[in-house]
Formats: sequence, C-alpha cells, structure tokens
Amino acid sequence: MLELRKDIFADERDDNLKEVGKPTQRQDMLGHVTGTSAYYDDHRFANLLHLKILRSPHAHARIRSIDDAAAARAPGVKRIIRGADVPVNLNTLLSLIQFGKDDEPSLATDVVRYKGEPVVAVVATSERAALEALALIRVSYEPLPAVFDVEEALKPGAVSVNAAYPKNTFEYYNKYDHQKLRFGDADAAFAQADIVLDERYQMSPIEHAPTETNGSIAVPDTNGRFIVYTSTQALFFSLDTAAKINAMPSNQLHFIGGTVGGGFGGKVDTLTEPLAILAARLTGAPVRHRLSRHEEMQFGSPRGGERIYIKDGIMRDGRIIARKVRAYFDSGAYTRLSSYAAVKCAAHIPGPYTIPNVSADVYCVYTNRTPATAMRGFGVTALDFGLECQMDKGAVAVGMDPLEYRMLNAYRDGDMKAHRREAKNCALIECAQVAAEKASWPLRDEFRRMSSRTGGGVQRAGGGADRTRAPAPAPAPATRPAPVTPQRVSYERPAAAPAQSAPPPPPRTPSPPPAVQPAGSTHGAPRFSSVFGTRRR
Amino acid sequence: MKTPVQFRLNGEEVAAFAESGANLLDVLRESVGDLSVKGGCWQGTCGTCTVLVDGAPRLSCITLAESCAGKSIETAGGLRRGAELHPLQSAFMERFAAQCGYCTPGMLMAAKALLDRNPNPSREEVVDAICGNICRCTGYEPIIAAVLDAARGDSRRRA
Amino acid sequence: MSVTVKTFAKLADAAGALSSERNARFLAGGTLVMRALNEADPAIETVVRSTDPSFVNIAVSSGRIELGAGVTMAAILAERDLAFLHPVARAVGGPAVREAATVGGNLFAPSPYGDFAAALLALDATVTLAGSLGQREAPLEEFLGRRERNTSLVASVAFKRPAADAFRFVKVTRVHPKGVSVLSISAQLPLASGRLAGARIAYGAMARTPVRAKAAERALEGRGLDAAGIAAAVAVAADGTSPVDDAIASAWWRREILPVHLRRLLLGAGHA
Repeated sequence: MLELRKDIFADERDDNLKEVGKPTQRQDMLGHVTGTSAYYDDHRFANLLHLKILRSPHAHARIRSIDDAAAARAPGVKRIIRGADVPVNLNTLLSLIQFGKDDEPSLATDVVRYKGEPVVAVVATSERAALEALALIRVSYEPLPAVFDVEEALKPGAVSVNAAYPKNTFEYYNKYDHQKLRFGDADAAFAQADIVLDERYQMSPIEHAPTETNGSIAVPDTNGRFIVYTSTQALFFSLDTAAKINAMPSNQLHFIGGTVGGGFGGKVDTLTEPLAILAARLTGAPVRHRLSRHEEMQFGSPRGGERIYIKDGIMRDGRIIARKVRAYFDSGAYTRLSSYAAVKCAAHIPGPYTIPNVSADVYCVYTNRTPATAMRGFGVTALDFGLECQMDKGAVAVGMDPLEYRMLNAYRDGDMKAHRREAKNCALIECAQVAAEKASWPLRDEFRRMSSRTGGGVQRAGGGADRTRAPAPAPAPATRPAPVTPQRVSYERPAAAPAQSAPPPPPRTPSPPPAVQPAGSTHGAPRFSSVFGTRRR
Repeated sequence: MKTPVQFRLNGEEVAAFAESGANLLDVLRESVGDLSVKGGCWQGTCGTCTVLVDGAPRLSCITLAESCAGKSIETAGGLRRGAELHPLQSAFMERFAAQCGYCTPGMLMAAKALLDRNPNPSREEVVDAICGNICRCTGYEPIIAAVLDAARGDSRRRA
Repeated sequence: MSVTVKTFAKLADAAGALSSERNARFLAGGTLVMRALNEADPAIETVVRSTDPSFVNIAVSSGRIELGAGVTMAAILAERDLAFLHPVARAVGGPAVREAATVGGNLFAPSPYGDFAAALLALDATVTLAGSLGQREAPLEEFLGRRERNTSLVASVAFKRPAADAFRFVKVTRVHPKGVSVLSISAQLPLASGRLAGARIAYGAMARTPVRAKAAERALEGRGLDAAGIAAAVAVAADGTSPVDDAIASAWWRREILPVHLRRLLLGAGHA
C-alpha cells in the first residue's frame, strides 16, 4: 500500500492531504466492468460508410500516376478521395501553437516518404467493399533511395526526406538545426578527468499498441455541422487540426471523445478524423475511419528510436566533472511531435546530478521511417535509460556503489544547474536513502547522513582535484525586463556572487550561443515556455 | 449475400441476418447491437473480443457467426443481474483491475470461463486462463488478484 | 465480392466442393481462414465446412491413435488417454485459441507456428486425405513437403501410440505461458535395454515447415540418454534445418540455442 513519508522534509510540509494517499475509484470503472463505457465505435448508424486507405509500399518513392477508375466503379464504393480533394493537404500538429512548419500531407500526391504513407482513400458501404476497391487501384511508383539511420541522414549528400526540412533536421526558430546546451567547458574538463567514459545507447522505436486502435466516426449533423466520435487523447488538438485540414470553422465541429481504449501518446496525432470528416462532407453520410491492427503497427506513430552518445569525465573519488551528450531523435518522415521530444531531452540533460561542465547537442532527424510521436515521457525516458546505464558504468569504473555514486553526484539545493537555474527542493538523496532502506541495500554512514539541503551551492568537500565549478553566468543585461508570466511563479534570482573558495581555472569558454531566441513569436501560450525555451518576452 | 443466424445471447433468443462469412464479433456489435464486446485486432491475437460459446471461451473475431446457430453465447453485457454485479465485476472494481477498460469485457469472460469450470483455481491457472488476453494498461497483477478474490468469494455483490 | 459458405454433412462432399468450387478454402477452427476473410482476402470465394462427426472424432486403441482433422487442442486436453500430447496442445495459443485451433489446421500453419504438426512428425504420423478420388494415406513428412500445392482435404491423422514416457516436447518462447515459438522440439525416444532404438526428433520454426532432425536421430541410434550418449547428436542438432529471420527471432539465434534446448530435452531437464 502507499506509504507517505512525512518525516522527510517535515518542517517544509503542509500536506494533510484529502485525496493523495487514499484509493479513489475511477468514475468510469462501473462502465468498464459492465461493458457500457462508450468508446468512439460504440455508436451505431444505419447508413454508415467505411473509409479505407491505400498506402505506400515503398519507404521513398515518386508517385508517377494513380489509376482509380476501376475502384470508383466497384460495388459499394461511394467516393474516392485523393490529395487534391483535401482542402488543406499539408499540416503539422503543433502548427496550432505555431511550432514548426506544415510538412505532412493527409494524402500523398507526388512523393511518398515512408512505408504505409496514405495515398488514396476509398469510402464504401462496407469494410469488405472498401478493401476490395483498394485492390483495384493502380499506383505507379518510381522508388527512390531511402535513409533509415539518423547519423546517415545528417551526412552531407544524404537523401533528403522531408521537403519542409531538406537537411533532414527540424529547424528551431527557423534557424537552428538542433537544441544546444552549454555550461562551463566540457572539453577542457575531460582533459582533467581521471576517467573518461564514452558510450553509445540505441533504442528501437516502440509501438504503443493500445488494445483499441485509432479511429473516428464523422456524422453529418444539422446546419452544416459534424459530430465526430473519436478515440483521440487530445480532443481540442484534434478538433482544431481537423478544422484546419478541412478549411472549416472550428465551431462547425462537435468532437465527442473521453473514453480512450489506451492512448499512451499514440492517439494525439489526429490520424483519422480529418479524412473521416472530409468523407462525411463529400458523401453526406456518417463515415467511420478505423485503423486495422496492421495499420496501427505500420502507420500509427511509434515513439521514435533514439541514439544517444554520453561521454562522462569522472574523478577517481567519484565526482562527475563533465558530461557531454549528443542525442538524435528519429522523427521518421514527418515531424508530428518529435520536435518537442528533442526540446524535452535537452531540458532534461544532464539528469538530476550537479555536473559543472555540461555540453549537449540534441537533433530531431528525419528518416524514411514511420513518423514518430509522443509516448509516455518521450524525450526523457530513453535519455534516462542512457543516463542511468551510464551512471552504473561510471560507478563500476571508479569502484563505487552505484547508489552512493548517484548520491555523491546528486543535485542539492542551491546548486547551479546546467540550464542556469538554481536547484530547489531537491530530493534525490532522500529517495535513494528510502529505496536503500526498503531494499536492505547497505549504505555507508556518510551516505545515510547526506541531505539534499546541505552541501549545495558551494564547493563540495572531498579530496582530489578541484571540482571545476562553472563560471558565474554573464550578468543579465540591465535592459532585460523581469519575466512576466501570469501562470507561473518565477524562480529567477538576481545573479549572486558564486561562493567559491578558489577561482576556477580559466577554461576555454567559447561564448555560448544565447540559450534560446524568442524569434518575434506571436503566440499567446506562455504555458508552452518549455517549447519556446524562455519566459522572457 | 445474407444468412440468417439465430442463437441465445445472455439467455435471450436473438436473430440477425449476417453477411455470408461474417465473424461473430461484427454480428454481435453491428447486427445484434451488443456493444459490450470489443474488437482489438480482428486477427485472433489479442483476446479483446473473447465471449463464451456454450461455456467455452472463443475469440469472436475469428468465429464464423453462422457456426453459432442454436448455441448459447455470453458476453460481458450479460454478467450483471439487474443491479447486482457478478462477483468478477465487483472484484475487478475493488482491485482496480481496469484503466482504459477496453480489454475488460474480454478479460471478464476469460475469467468467467475459468471459474465456471474451476471454482478454486491456483494463481497459475488464473494466469493461463487470461494468457490469451492482452492488457496494455494494468500490468495484469490487479486482474489476477481480482479473479482470485472472486473465486474466494471475497467480493460482495453490489451495484 | 461476397464469399459463399457451404456446409456439408459428409466429409467426402466437402472434399468434392473443395476441388470443384472456385477459390475454395476449408474452414476448420478459423484461426487462419477467418483472419483472411476479415482482411477480404481475394483468394477466398467459397468457404467449405463440414459437420461430419468423423471429422472431430478421437479414436484411441491400445496401439493406434487417430485424430479427426477437426479435433481441437481443447478436445485433446480433455482426453486423458492423450496425456502425453497435453504439453503440445497446451502450448498452442491461449484457452480461446485452443477451443478453435485444430489438428488439421496446424498442419497448414506457417512457420513459426505449427508446433502440433511438428509433434505429429516426431510421432511418424500419416495423414488421411479425402479427395475427389476417395481417401488415401500419405506420410506426414511427404504431405508437409508439398502442402502449398495440396488440394485435398485432410480428414484425419494417425500414429502409433508411443511407449510410455517416450514422448517429450519443449516449446521455446519469450512470452510465457503462451507466445509464438522461437523454436520447438518434439522427440520420440524409445528405449530398449537402456539404448535408443528408432528415435524421432522434429523441430518447429527451424524451417519452412516442421522438419525431422535425421542427422541427430542417426547419431542417437543405440546410444544411451546420458551426456556422453547424446553428445554426437547435439553436435549435429541443426543439420538439415534452414531457420529464417522473423519478428520473433533471427536465424542465427535459433541455430545457436537449438543444441542447448535439445541437450536439455534429451537429458530430461527441459521444461514442457
């Protein structure tokens, strides 16, 4: 059962909690066990039509011609939909918050960029009729060279995957081809380190595989409106995306969702609603667009495979003095949410540890694979896998207990983080101590006495070479206004003189590029500051 | 071409005209209107569509509808008696054995197939009984606990 | 456009329809055919079924066992006289699949499926085919070799009951208790005065169809079931196999672990 350790940070707590720590029944549990929870497909319509998609068999190819005449005449077929029929046939999900260029068609017209990309839609009176009509469509393709590896995709002369991003990287603020983090001088610190640990971590794409596949039913309502039953996790994202692609005002759409048969991030991309709505408009009938299990695997977004290089400079006493990370997110052929994954990854480096010299370059890369998207902590989970494997290897390298190694290097209150924020409310040490207690994992006395509230912000005790502290960040220019963020408390502090007993050796500090450029953004969404990287206007 | 199919569903006689070659899942949902049965793969690989046919667990998505003529079919929609839940349903609620709920109807029927034949199963037997049902949310332990609770009569029937 | 379903009370009539109807396919349990229908497979226009009781009959005599091709894995599990086959039947899918999956259907299941067919191969089974010219028997091995070209209806399979405790089976899978095979090994190991006489070993998922491990069988002849006795057989365990890479495992991995599992099975340490 859940145990709340109120003895820890007791003097800071104000948590006589009414809900946390006590089981509360789900409001839909009775519906689930009686089979009455209504998923999108639990609605019946007498004249329901079925939409099925013809998909590219090639990872990369030019479409020379499409012959759908026989399919259009096939029994039960009401309508064939081509790319030219889609009112706005280029989109990216996060265009709704002005993040990224429209890059993905609902139906491909001239080029296909991944195996499974939609090319033609058939709308028919039964699933079988639609599937049989698909088999009658003849598409002539000219296969093109394809690239499947993130580092190959970044080499000069690589196959260009995505027309909106011809160099195979997402562009942040229309200018930067990756996310960059610089703190101190990692390269100089490696030269001083006793041990250098350089490792590569590779993830496979992971498919959410919800038991309910992606799907939606669009139903003509009165007065030109449409009701859309959908499996989406992101009701308003999906509504606005569908409105944009259909060039209709959003108030003509009534989206009904709420019961999702498993999402995990794989039901935010609005894969089925736009074409279902278009088909309903073109036929005047309710239309269901449901992904088969095979389509869910092939066409539905996975979490993209990540390749992460982590290089640590470690002193013999266990202190990590430098960490350099180079990470590549395989976005597949289109952006979907991978642009955001790279931002989250950069924000997470170097993990919950105080490391005085940190360097990171994080790329969102295009390849001819199924476009990747959100999944359960995407951007962070794979990075944590790499970081924690790296911590285990580092512990072995210095001959230290892996838990103690982490505690030694953990953030403490007052430490300066690589993102130039002061660490506050740290608790990794206490978590480690409780975990050790629960697992009967022996910790030395010194580690059992450690606290997140002491030892931070100052030169850490411990023998060996100086822990190279980062130089104080350049004083904020006087002209910079105080941050105005109505939704967030500012954690900014005025630049304080760093409490160091010895001046740091002069590292070669290349002047770091500004952390992020707020490029004249007109967005009205300050809560997405993590995406835009700044709360300064 | 349509074929008449008649069978007992949760104790009631039902009849439908099914497309020739149609599977039981589609007939139950689309023709008969029992939406408590869910479809996950239409390939016979996930177990979501599990129903009981003459007491035996069957994957309705790969069962020919017309082969069920004259048989007795049970689905999750027929488990409760009025306001009174089946012990499995109560146990699932008490053990938080559902999150998204999509695998739940199939899980309940797979568990019922076990308990109807073996009222006092071991944990291994419960695991085997649900090994054909995929759950992507719970990690299975709450479901196994719920089935064992129901077998032990640990959960009281309540609406 | 629509499929036609034809059900016959007599197996011979079903066999006739299978040959005479266009794009006809026989439906037993449905694990393969219903999936194809759900996907609107254009290669199936007529579905042929039979309600002939012989099709689901289990005939067990002291020496011979005959299983109708429509006998399900669940029916085998319910038959005490077939206890030696229970580990095989239990390894086919979960409970609902076992209620549908049939002996006959398993003969056509593509690799890496088909573990029951591999067990039948190790039991030296024969198949009885019902075609337009009546019934005829064929060795299972021969049938498997040309199953893609087969147009006859499999009516039943038959084999001699193995000696007590002579039949062993292991299914190697990543997902327990049920999962697709990395590989399976079925073995019939008759002993005469502590020496193997006429051992049969068959593999699932080590080739396009279930295959006999004939080199290993020859290397076991006259040997004892101990570490020294089986060494030669284990050394040639993979002879005659042609495993492939698939979503479950690579060919390399299958070849690597095969001798390990064969050794454990022969020494009696393997899990069923």
